[in-house]
Amino acid sequence: MKSHINARNVIVALVALGLALLPAYSALTGNIFILTLFTRIVIFALAAASLNLIMGYGGMMSFGHAAYLGIGGYAVGILAYEGIGSGFIQWPVALAVSALYALVIGALSLRTRGVYFIMITLAFAQMAYYIASGLSRYGGDDGLTIYKRSNFGGLIDMSNRVQFYYLCLACLFGGVYLIWRMINSRFGMVVQGVRSNEQRMQAIGFHANRYRLVCFVISGTICGLAGALLANNTDFISPATMYWTRSGELMVMVVFGGMGSLFGPVIGTIVFLLLEELLSQFTEYWALIMGPLLLLIVLFARGGIMGLLGRLSRG
Amino acid sequence: MVDSLADPLLRVESLVRRFGGIKATDNLSLDVLPGELHAIIGPNGAGKTTLISQLTGQLMPNSGAIHFAGRDVTWLPSYQRSRLGLARSFQITCLLPDFTAADNVALAAQAHDGHSFRFWGAARKERHLRDAAQAALARVGLAKRADVLVSELSHGEQRELELAVALATKPQLLLLDEPMAGLGVTESARMVALLKELRKEVTIVLVEHDMEAVFALADRITVLVYGRVIASGDPEAIRNNEEVKRAYLGEQHAVTRHG
Repeated sequence: MKSHINARNVIVALVALGLALLPAYSALTGNIFILTLFTRIVIFALAAASLNLIMGYGGMMSFGHAAYLGIGGYAVGILAYEGIGSGFIQWPVALAVSALYALVIGALSLRTRGVYFIMITLAFAQMAYYIASGLSRYGGDDGLTIYKRSNFGGLIDMSNRVQFYYLCLACLFGGVYLIWRMINSRFGMVVQGVRSNEQRMQAIGFHANRYRLVCFVISGTICGLAGALLANNTDFISPATMYWTRSGELMVMVVFGGMGSLFGPVIGTIVFLLLEELLSQFTEYWALIMGPLLLLIVLFARGGIMGLLGRLSRG
Repeated sequence: MVDSLADPLLRVESLVRRFGGIKATDNLSLDVLPGELHAIIGPNGAGKTTLISQLTGQLMPNSGAIHFAGRDVTWLPSYQRSRLGLARSFQITCLLPDFTAADNVALAAQAHDGHSFRFWGAARKERHLRDAAQAALARVGLAKRADVLVSELSHGEQRELELAVALATKPQLLLLDEPMAGLGVTESARMVALLKELRKEVTIVLVEHDMEAVFALADRITVLVYGRVIASGDPEAIRNNEEVKRAYLGEQHAVTRHG
């Protein structure tokens, strides 16, 4: 048990290495498409990792996480439209607005539990969706084209595919590292304790909801960052980014990879988006295959892919 | 050990809690003196757990007042009462099942060691929290089971862990809700021996069905029937109280024999 060399850790290391070396592969083979695809995967992996923080570790089943993708994206898009192109302004605003939204939504939603929590987070995200649809100055339903990516001076060229990919990857690894530190910290212990038994945690002296709320805000802020990356990646932001099906997809990515496992959401996102890409080449009804696959994982592999690997490595 | 001249550590005044038409707590008053072990007994449905839940703040009364250590805590939420030194164990084991025994106790110590908005350092590597946990586990005889998941502990061990968790909050007053529930004979005897040790250090309110244990341990006993106090006094007085005998009828035998 003490040994760190097991099937799961080897695969995690290989995946991390693969992600790091991907641009080299892309350059050698001249396959630009794979770099574009994986930029998208890495961004969604960050969003899924942030969702896993509240869903897997905090036990908060948020069904409105795509809202932060939209909020982070619109912060970048709207500021760019209004002539503020500096990333040093755009990105902090994206994070701050996401945090603020999470604070308000969290303070209201965390009064409820279980199904009600799921429904209320969904409802708020749909509200955000309709508000974005109503922003006629910024394209309304049609969305908003971002003509210039965030400008970080000479620091990084956002239009350079490789540089942008590595920026996204740094955000992902940084985010996962942050979450890893956090779940092992005092704060993380409390959050996981509350997931396990809220009444017990109150009885020994923890104000459970205060810790839940802070966790909710941190998660939303990280996802807001993913939103800012996503808007830069697609040069476009529209209400569809925060439609409820997107929130559902994020949940599926987390469940695929393994709720409450640190690297699970990254693996889950890779598998989900690769499958979507591959299957949609064969049939437009790719969801017909994805659905039963999800069922199988939920029924027979609690803990997702990471859970399976964990069982393998224990023999 | 019992200082009857001292101010009570816990004072309950005219507490009322209704559930629909039923008064589960009916104008109940009670004093717990510092240093004593105060047992609360009563037939099933007498409102013992309802009372404990109001004392710890899981349940709010309809009227009345609860004073603890000179403060009015009637409307304080449970986490704040815990900070003041009021700890409870649960009748139905209430632990963190997917954590180890040591984690359960260390979290209790952590709750009383400043705030927990610390996001970076590894909590499991904080020496003083781990040491506090180990000490509390050793007190209840679980030192060797520290790294076992709670869900893999036996029922008896979980009862002991409940106690260790409560102790780790460094309480002034320990509210024990049927610590002997579901224990075998030897486990019960161990628990009684443990409580005999603990009572030297901390004031205890003990709700318990096991009459033998109650009469062996208690300085004073309060008898509840239908949410009301029908008698309160030392074990001798309770044993000879006619009203208590009537209330217990079926259990009267147990009261007299084990006294």
